Amino acid sequence: MEFLVASAVGVLTAGGVYLLLRLRTFPVILGIALLSYAVNVFLFASGRLAIDKSPILAKYGEASYTDPLPQALVLTAIVISFGMTAVLVMIGLGAYLEADSDRIDIEDTEEDTGA
Amino acid sequence: MSWILALPLLIPFVTAIAVFLLSNSPKMSARVSLAGSLAGLVAALFLFAEVASTGVVAGQMGGWPAPFGITLVADMLSAIMVVITAITAVAVALYALGEIGAEQSRLGYHALFQVLIGGVSGAFLTGDLFNLYVWFEVMLISSFGLLILGGRPEQIDGAVKYVALNLVSTILFLSGIGLLYGETGTLNMADLSRVVAEHPDQGMMTLIALLFMIAFGVKSAVFPLFFWLPASYHTPGFAVSAVFAGLLTKVGVYSLIRAFTLIFVSQPEVTHTILLWVAGFTMVTGVLGAAAQSEFRRILSFHIVSQIGYMVLGLALFTPLALVGSVFYLVHHIIVKANLFLISGISQRMTGSGELYRIGGLYAAAPLLAALFLIPAFSLAGFPPLSGFWAKYVLVKASLDADAWIIAGVALLVGLLTIYSMTKIWAEAFWKDDPSGRIPKAPQDGPPLWPCYAAVVFLAVLTICVGLVPGPFLAFAETAATQLLSSDAYINAVLGAQE
Repeated sequence: MEFLVASAVGVLTAGGVYLLLRLRTFPVILGIALLSYAVNVFLFASGRLAIDKSPILAKYGEASYTDPLPQALVLTAIVISFGMTAVLVMIGLGAYLEADSDRIDIEDTEEDTGA
Repeated sequence: MSWILALPLLIPFVTAIAVFLLSNSPKMSARVSLAGSLAGLVAALFLFAEVASTGVVAGQMGGWPAPFGITLVADMLSAIMVVITAITAVAVALYALGEIGAEQSRLGYHALFQVLIGGVSGAFLTGDLFNLYVWFEVMLISSFGLLILGGRPEQIDGAVKYVALNLVSTILFLSGIGLLYGETGTLNMADLSRVVAEHPDQGMMTLIALLFMIAFGVKSAVFPLFFWLPASYHTPGFAVSAVFAGLLTKVGVYSLIRAFTLIFVSQPEVTHTILLWVAGFTMVTGVLGAAAQSEFRRILSFHIVSQIGYMVLGLALFTPLALVGSVFYLVHHIIVKANLFLISGISQRMTGSGELYRIGGLYAAAPLLAALFLIPAFSLAGFPPLSGFWAKYVLVKASLDADAWIIAGVALLVGLLTIYSMTKIWAEAFWKDDPSGRIPKAPQDGPPLWPCYAAVVFLAVLTICVGLVPGPFLAFAETAATQLLSSDAYINAVLGAQE
């Protein structure tokens, strides 16, 4: 179980970093999405992996529960990273429509005509 | 008690809702935004007075006891930062009266601006690491909106880099939080301060500390993580870039100071040595980068980077005097840098460009603006008796006291090179004649210029006040530094007195 989760985080991170280093907007967005999945799984695992345990302490003295806090944290992080990815897609789309190419650097930005 | 803590957060968000509902009436929403900022300043001053008279103020949101609930806490540093945020908000809201047109207002400029101020204040007031992450995101998402408002190609170009690099920093921050929680079982900063110090595996703690250092380093734009800043800060509207320049990187510096005085202090020979090198390289690369630029706001952007180095320097030396210098520098820098960006806005509206080689003649056309430029420019370079002189003096003295001769020399040299850049702006934009022979004049159409001047004068007067009467400000910075170095007061205020 630990091995599975750890390798999932590792593979997602490796893929994310590779995509992040591309020079086009679309792979970069995908890379950031993969990285945020990786970190979400990682954050979830920081409360230790436990199977078939409820996140609520049923009876005092009986320590068979899983830590609820990372689950709450990861829910927050998922919502926020979803929102961020949406914004990033919109900005990327704007850049693509503006420049007719999804290169990271829009050419000829030096020519500032002023507002 | 917790009302005083919550008001600097509530007021910007309430104002944001109000101006969002009013966004069809540009004049009205600009005025409401200014009124909200003034109310925020009053609330911040109340909080400051409370902290100055009774010490650290803490409150639990939702009534859960610490360390389980979310803590809001204001020590002297937080209170100072909240006040200076509110001051910047007032100045920029005033400036916006003279810059933000109907179109940008309809697109939600004022609402985004208020949310940004709320996010920044939240980051300064929270006492919980995960909550700090949430405030970072509040701040980021509103800054994305502000950055692309208007939708010119270079804005979107800058925004892509800004967004991508900031998201990577967020991801590192989150993995740091995950590791820290897995190791210690708490995210309350006061609680962490105790738990991390007593943790058996100090190597692991230092590793986590480095993750946080990188995450906050991207936010505060230190070497070698600053590249998003000069790529994006010269693109948005002037009011927007002033508030970015004043506040956003400073949230990163504040987080660095908080994390490396309260939580990660067990191996300073590793963490603070790295910070010292980072500080030196940040100062030098920033100022050299600025020397190579010829666009008004690009020069200023690189100077932000170089000035961040000074603040990190104070943290890295980690002596009482050095921390006084850092805190004082933060305050000085926010006022001066926001002011310089606002002045660049007036200059561009009068000359039509920000490219220094293409403009000129501002001294003849607008002597008042030239005089107003000299105040923050000299202060940035560290001329006595302006605020920057005292900030640099304290930091250089602290490095000499700590026998850090090299870094003291670097700090002085960078100050000298800062004068070079400021002289370049002065000579090109103000002194020489316009190469195409046109005379700069106030634009006939669009919003009036007087609110812009009012905002600039307001900040310039503050700079002079801090410069002429540094005593009380240094005393406040000293209180802040004392609280930072002996964190018992902070911990006791949050967790209740132990034993």
